[in-house]
Amino acid sequence: MMLSVQNLDKRFGGVHATRNVSIDFPAGSLTAIIGPNGAGKTTFFNLISGAFRPNSGKVIFDGQDIVGKSSLEIVRLGMMRAFQVAEIFPSLTVNEALTAAVISHQRKSWTFMSRFPVPEAQTSAEEIIELLGLEDKADTLSRNLSHGDQKLLDIGLALAMQPKVLLLDEPTAGMGPDERWRMIGKVQHLWSVKKMTVLFIEHDMDIVFKIAQQIHVLKYGAVLATGTADEIRRNQDVIDAYLGTDHHLSEAIGET
Amino acid sequence: MTRSGMLRDAVIAIVALAVLVAIPFVFTKPSLRDFLIYVMAYGLLAMSLNLLVGLTGLVSFGHAAFFVSGAYMFGLLMQSGNVSIPVAMLITVAGTAMLALVIGAICVRLKEIYFSFITLAFQMFIHSIILTWVSLTGGDQGLRGGIPRPPFLGIDLGNSVALYIFCACVFMICIVVMRQIWQSPFGYTLRLIRDNPNRANYLGVDIIRMKLGIFVIAGAMASVAGMLLALFVSGAYPEFGFWTTSGEAIFMIMLGSSQLFIGPIIGAILLRLLEHFVSIYTEYHGLVLGLVILAIVLGLRRGVADFVVEWIERRKAARAPATTEHTACAKEGAL
Repeated sequence: MMLSVQNLDKRFGGVHATRNVSIDFPAGSLTAIIGPNGAGKTTFFNLISGAFRPNSGKVIFDGQDIVGKSSLEIVRLGMMRAFQVAEIFPSLTVNEALTAAVISHQRKSWTFMSRFPVPEAQTSAEEIIELLGLEDKADTLSRNLSHGDQKLLDIGLALAMQPKVLLLDEPTAGMGPDERWRMIGKVQHLWSVKKMTVLFIEHDMDIVFKIAQQIHVLKYGAVLATGTADEIRRNQDVIDAYLGTDHHLSEAIGET
Repeated sequence: MTRSGMLRDAVIAIVALAVLVAIPFVFTKPSLRDFLIYVMAYGLLAMSLNLLVGLTGLVSFGHAAFFVSGAYMFGLLMQSGNVSIPVAMLITVAGTAMLALVIGAICVRLKEIYFSFITLAFQMFIHSIILTWVSLTGGDQGLRGGIPRPPFLGIDLGNSVALYIFCACVFMICIVVMRQIWQSPFGYTLRLIRDNPNRANYLGVDIIRMKLGIFVIAGAMASVAGMLLALFVSGAYPEFGFWTTSGEAIFMIMLGSSQLFIGPIIGAILLRLLEHFVSIYTEYHGLVLGLVILAIVLGLRRGVADFVVEWIERRKAARAPATTEHTACAKEGAL
């Protein structure tokens, strides 16, 4: 098991954001986390990536309990994330940002005597640019990229660290229907090329059912259902809470 | 590519140094030489501060703390009469780096305005130590009795031309070192921190240690600037470490450019020129300087050097389509 979350629990004051969540993520799996707004999906990512510390529970990553480790330590163990709102470096070009990220991965950030970009980091950065299909934007400043390309670059930055586990928080957020499918196609492609364990949060059910091997539905911080696309589609709890009824209606009922 | 970048910078540095050294032989007025030494000392201070401001996004308001510590440490070492000038300089750089390490270890944990204020607090702390420890520092009178300049390796800095050349060489060495940092993998990692510290953290960059590293380097560089000034004026004064000195360095960066490597030097030249000419006409030169800086900050919204670079690039861009058309025509003609 690459990543195993056991009885994870988190409260923010009176808000019980994550309730006794236990999920296993096998090595090389592609897993979707879904759930209505406020279900605790991003919190779940923040807990396993070390941004928040859970009140109780374990996160076993590659055989090691990482609860209590800093986000920096967890990153260096090989768990990377991309963000819901693209977190990029506005004044650097795509190429510069990716090369600097690769240099960080190679632990050469303290190099004074050579000139940026060092050739061996440059090669890896170019591979990522090719993988993402950003060749013609390699020398574009990150701030001038389109929304979709910024999201791609965000994922690319994570790839530069050669992650064992990649957490993608809504890779298709803010995109139109066509762009969504292009984006998710790229995610699926790099997952199959890099053979890493990918967890992604997604709202679009069509996308989730199409590509995810395993789906976990969260509601009010707890796991409502787990299974393959077919199992989730037929699950009565999920249909009641999320799918079959009107989306807004189900939310409204949930809140009362 | 990377080799050629180093080579190009080395050639530029050598040419610039040659020009700098040649100036007093062409224009023999001593006041020009004095002006240039001032510009070099304050320019170096602003350049070293820009390693924090422009490269790392750390706006330090207390950078003059290391400028003044450089001047006093060096002055006191030379007055003790036990060491030669180069040895005193090395000890001062190491000593100031230690000081910056201690102050930085506390400061770099804070962000944004809190970082600015705590650096300012440390600077004022050092300033008041200098004022109150009269037996060592001479208090508000500054280091008295002048700073001796014993000859070393056949170089006599008592000679004002030799002093000028020495300052120019030290200045250029520091610029080359800072240029290397600016263009190194270390420098680009600092840009990650400047642009988006949270993301840099999630890319495995140890932000606190990186910030501390550049804080120490910038402090050490500022101490060299302080030494140049102390050598030149043959003394050290508490004003070197007053907040207005840090403020001037920030002015220079704003006037020149924070993103262009040599921006702060351009800012230093502009500020010194401005001061020089304005004070000829009026005693209220602070008021005029304030207005000029307001005009530049509000009018240009960037440094003067940024503005010039952008203007040149726009002209190039405007010309480029014309030339491609031209070559296209030429090709057609050839066919």
